[in-house]
Amino acid sequence: MARPIDWQLSTVTAVRDETPTVRTFTLSLPDWPGHRPGQHVDLRLTAEDGYSVERSYSIASEPERPAEIDITVERIEDGEVSPFLHDVVVPGDRIEVRGPIGGYFVWEAMLGGPLLLVAGGSGVVPLMAMLRHRARAGATIPTRLLLSSRHEAEIIYRTELDRLAAGPDGLQVIHTLTRSQPPDWSGYARRIDEAMLADVLEPLGDSTRAYICGPTALVETAANALVRLGLPAERVRTERFGPTGT
Amino acid sequence: MNDGKEDALMDDASGRDPMADQVLDGNAVAGSLASAFGADVTAVPGRCAHCGTVSVVGTLRAYVRAPGAVLRCPVCDGVVLRVVETAEATYVDARGASYLRFERR
Amino acid sequence: MSERFVTRGFVGRRGSGSTADVASRIPPGQYLTTDFPVLSAGPTPRTPLDQWSFRIEGLVGEPQTWTWDAFMALAAREWVVDISCVTKWTKLDMRWRGVSVDTLFEHVELDPAAAYVVAWSDGGYTTNLPVPDVLNGQAFIAYEYDGRPLAPEHGGPARLVVPARYFWKSAKWVRGLRLQRDDEPGFWESLGYHNRGDQWREERYSGD
Repeated sequence: MARPIDWQLSTVTAVRDETPTVRTFTLSLPDWPGHRPGQHVDLRLTAEDGYSVERSYSIASEPERPAEIDITVERIEDGEVSPFLHDVVVPGDRIEVRGPIGGYFVWEAMLGGPLLLVAGGSGVVPLMAMLRHRARAGATIPTRLLLSSRHEAEIIYRTELDRLAAGPDGLQVIHTLTRSQPPDWSGYARRIDEAMLADVLEPLGDSTRAYICGPTALVETAANALVRLGLPAERVRTERFGPTGT
Repeated sequence: MNDGKEDALMDDASGRDPMADQVLDGNAVAGSLASAFGADVTAVPGRCAHCGTVSVVGTLRAYVRAPGAVLRCPVCDGVVLRVVETAEATYVDARGASYLRFERR
Repeated sequence: MSERFVTRGFVGRRGSGSTADVASRIPPGQYLTTDFPVLSAGPTPRTPLDQWSFRIEGLVGEPQTWTWDAFMALAAREWVVDISCVTKWTKLDMRWRGVSVDTLFEHVELDPAAAYVVAWSDGGYTTNLPVPDVLNGQAFIAYEYDGRPLAPEHGGPARLVVPARYFWKSAKWVRGLRLQRDDEPGFWESLGYHNRGDQWREERYSGD
């Protein structure tokens, strides 16, 4: 079994479009030591002349699927890696992977809840691993996901989130769309702020564990707000993805 | 980590310094630090040598778009850790941490 | 370096189609860029101009300090130079305006024992150079880039520029130069980067 700090070779076994610009890649990793929801992997791409780049991607899939992981990648127009992954990579290709990485931004059902997950755009990816694990574990911990997206068509994992939320196990998914809303929209229609978080947090209570992931500005706004609303700082865990507006 | 978001700038009318949105956290450097320490350190608490605040490495503010990575105290912005990956080695300067606390299991 | 797995179809963001005469201007291991990447080790300093000063101190007869207004009154000129960053981008024909370090040294008396310069900046950054590397037009304090005042994220109001070295030696937000007898590795030089940093000899890391 490979150590998390070793580079190993994965094989792309499946590719699935989540939105017009977001794609999920299933990577088969025969030596995979297993992971915890919230962890990520580093990918390394090397050109023939030795030039190489590395990028980190959150693991989208639950640990209950052995020897493979999903990563979900948003295609950034002038990026160096995401256009390559979207435009060139096909099933059968092999990509170097290192991981799993991370021990701070992790949630497992045994940690309990209530659970508040807050995400902007592709920040939902590590939280999806948590929700998929929660479903597989049969947990009924009161859980709310507050997901900020720019437009309805850009909501990642929409169908699966609707299905998970329709179940009886205590998950609610709350959306906010920050740039445009469809005519019959009943969700929030602005960037995440303290008032919104106060409403979303209220039924969960102040022993809630919170995980926030997305663009830096969103993460800082939400983390500061949740601490002001009374959550202890140690129970508010954050992962910043850098800029882009959501 | 940045999930590949290299050069996109935030569309933000709030007047924030746009460079502030490029700041990540210790999670973004977790792979390099794990290869140096042999284990994940994002949950390891460290005491800032400048102001005394104790933060876990995953919450340090990370500047990664540089010749190396600089991890700063979320309270005082002092440099806590610096990390450089060369062709052969990973350098870690931990002088900005008066301690890192590795819990034994 | 050990055998590396090559990723099918990966080329990376490189300057495509550089012509032969441009290719000879790109140092080994570098790639052409047309944008101006921002790399930073910390929050952007924001010193207001009425609090800004530039100082030369250390092994000089008398230390010299200029306010912004006094600095603007110094003889300045344009430079058009190629710049290489150790993170592998090279940008050609960057147009700067500023004051040559030679001009600044005319206002101080260098002690013969002054062999090294340490440049220091707002935010705590430092870098080091031998004195001969900053003389004879090889280094300047730039306050304009491409005809406009230097933006804070690129080191404004003023930065050091040393075109013959990797760009980490071109200290952003520079506030002074200290002349010393002994060398003093700076922020990156003390953590694995090469002490001199000549991009034409590909001096990226210590031991190169």
